[in-house]
Amino acid sequence: MRFPADKPLRLDSGASLAPLEIAYKTYGQLNADKTNAVLVCHALTGDQHAASVHPVTGKPGWWDRVIGPGLPLDPERYFVICSNVIGGCMGSTGPSSINPKTGQPYGLAFPMITIADMVRAQAMLVDALGIETLFAVIGGSMGGMQVQQWAADYPDRLVNAVCIAAAPRHSAQNIAFHEVGRQAIMADPDWRGGAYELEGVRPEKGLAVARMAAHITYLSEPALQRKFGRELQRDGLSWGFDADFQVESYLRHQGASFVDRFDANSYLYITRALDYFDLAASYGGILAEAFRRARHVRFCVLSFSSDWLYSTAESRDIVRALNAAGCRASFVEIETDKGHDAFFLDEPQLDSALRGFLDSAAQARGLA
Amino acid sequence: MSALREDFREILRLVRPGSRVLDVGCGEGDLLELLSREKGVEGQGLEISPKGVSACLARGLSVVQGDGDRDLDHFPTKAFDYAILSKTLQQMREPRHVLSELLRIADRAVVSVPNFGHWRVRLALLLKGRMPETKALPDPWWSTPNIHLCTLRDFTALCEDLNLRIDACSALSQGQPAKPIDPMHPIENWRAESAIFLLSRRAEPEAPAPKGDLFE
Repeated sequence: MRFPADKPLRLDSGASLAPLEIAYKTYGQLNADKTNAVLVCHALTGDQHAASVHPVTGKPGWWDRVIGPGLPLDPERYFVICSNVIGGCMGSTGPSSINPKTGQPYGLAFPMITIADMVRAQAMLVDALGIETLFAVIGGSMGGMQVQQWAADYPDRLVNAVCIAAAPRHSAQNIAFHEVGRQAIMADPDWRGGAYELEGVRPEKGLAVARMAAHITYLSEPALQRKFGRELQRDGLSWGFDADFQVESYLRHQGASFVDRFDANSYLYITRALDYFDLAASYGGILAEAFRRARHVRFCVLSFSSDWLYSTAESRDIVRALNAAGCRASFVEIETDKGHDAFFLDEPQLDSALRGFLDSAAQARGLA
Repeated sequence: MSALREDFREILRLVRPGSRVLDVGCGEGDLLELLSREKGVEGQGLEISPKGVSACLARGLSVVQGDGDRDLDHFPTKAFDYAILSKTLQQMREPRHVLSELLRIADRAVVSVPNFGHWRVRLALLLKGRMPETKALPDPWWSTPNIHLCTLRDFTALCEDLNLRIDACSALSQGQPAKPIDPMHPIENWRAESAIFLLSRRAEPEAPAPKGDLFE
């Protein structure tokens, strides 16, 4: 969806973005009453291919366990929309898009963006699709932050909201890990001050290291131990710095495959948007105030017991604020040792919580 | 649902239509569903078991997974008209704190407790010299979840201590309709198997709030 230059996206930084491209995918059909639209918000390195084959990797959609026939988000019932966030690199306007002022990729001339900016762009898309009210907005991790932002900024356009494995703000530890990733990218000589595209190179080493560091935060210690322990790649130690241990080889693979599908500058911009996220900050530091206008929205907050990136305690902060604001909130901590990434994995308890919440909400809304 | 539980019937009678209700230990949401159907209440559950929480979600009830001992602190003051705690106060680690929390969160609390002063209990202890096992308290001492048992007199004394007013009280016996009683009367402390109380805070002077809330 292209928004022309006379319809700029206002950004929190004061800058604006135009023309604006928002890449999105939909699954299912919008019903006649336009009451069945569900917006799915993706995580940091996700994209709009939630339930369709990824055009770069050829892998199935990142949430095809949840979106599909007979699944909690059944396209027979819902019109599911998933758009690439602004700042991203899968078709929405981001640092690798062409800057109309120069005719060259933006690079670091791309304006700083926030979670609220991403949500404002999504609202423009939803408008352009002719949808007034979303049956639900759903997302995990950074997607869950967008869900909270939706509830704060567009409560009248929501009926239900599902926030999975998220936090109401980025902690010092979250920021610290992101800074390690950004420094790795910027230390790569091929980064070229962000202008690598002009020079025909890519900071692949730096981006891979950033991904490796981040990937550790998505897994729990017991999951890493169970999966790899101290297992070696081949018999005996190399007495050198090759990937002796399976966990090293795994991380190297994660890093190497990531650079094929992700842009280093996008990684810088989106991690920054996450670091800047502190929903309560615009409400005098009182998170409940952010949700004050969302009393009619039914919330479902889900966390994973072994997630140390965005812990259960942080999800409880959200729930407490919702309670204090007088919102109707449900909360489940899903027992799993798979860490933050459990959100993408086979977790029957997650499925049943999502299904239970959505099915009963659909019934209340009169969706077949 | 099978025949209505006696305590549910009594709670249904006590709760005003259209009020906001917190059910602590709501299980699979039977009571909340009943209250929302029959009384149009706006219900919220607190439940520790994942199975119970999932069942509540599937019924369209708002439910927060949590522990009555720890997580009441998270609810804002006067967020509800009623807080309900059915047959679990004696299983709490800190019943006194829980009771005062219930009446911080809600204007009124509906609390039911088994009566350790019931004659069967007294008789069993007197004659056998063993911890009583009765219909209301069926588990042996080493596996019972009931770690803080009290008699009616103990309970009314605690209410007094917390400056709570008993607005209504009924005796509950299995298979019999609830019967309004005066919980202060000594005879009831002998003959009530368990009792259900409607409590509210007394007006000033209030007891100083215990300093237990980590989140204020």
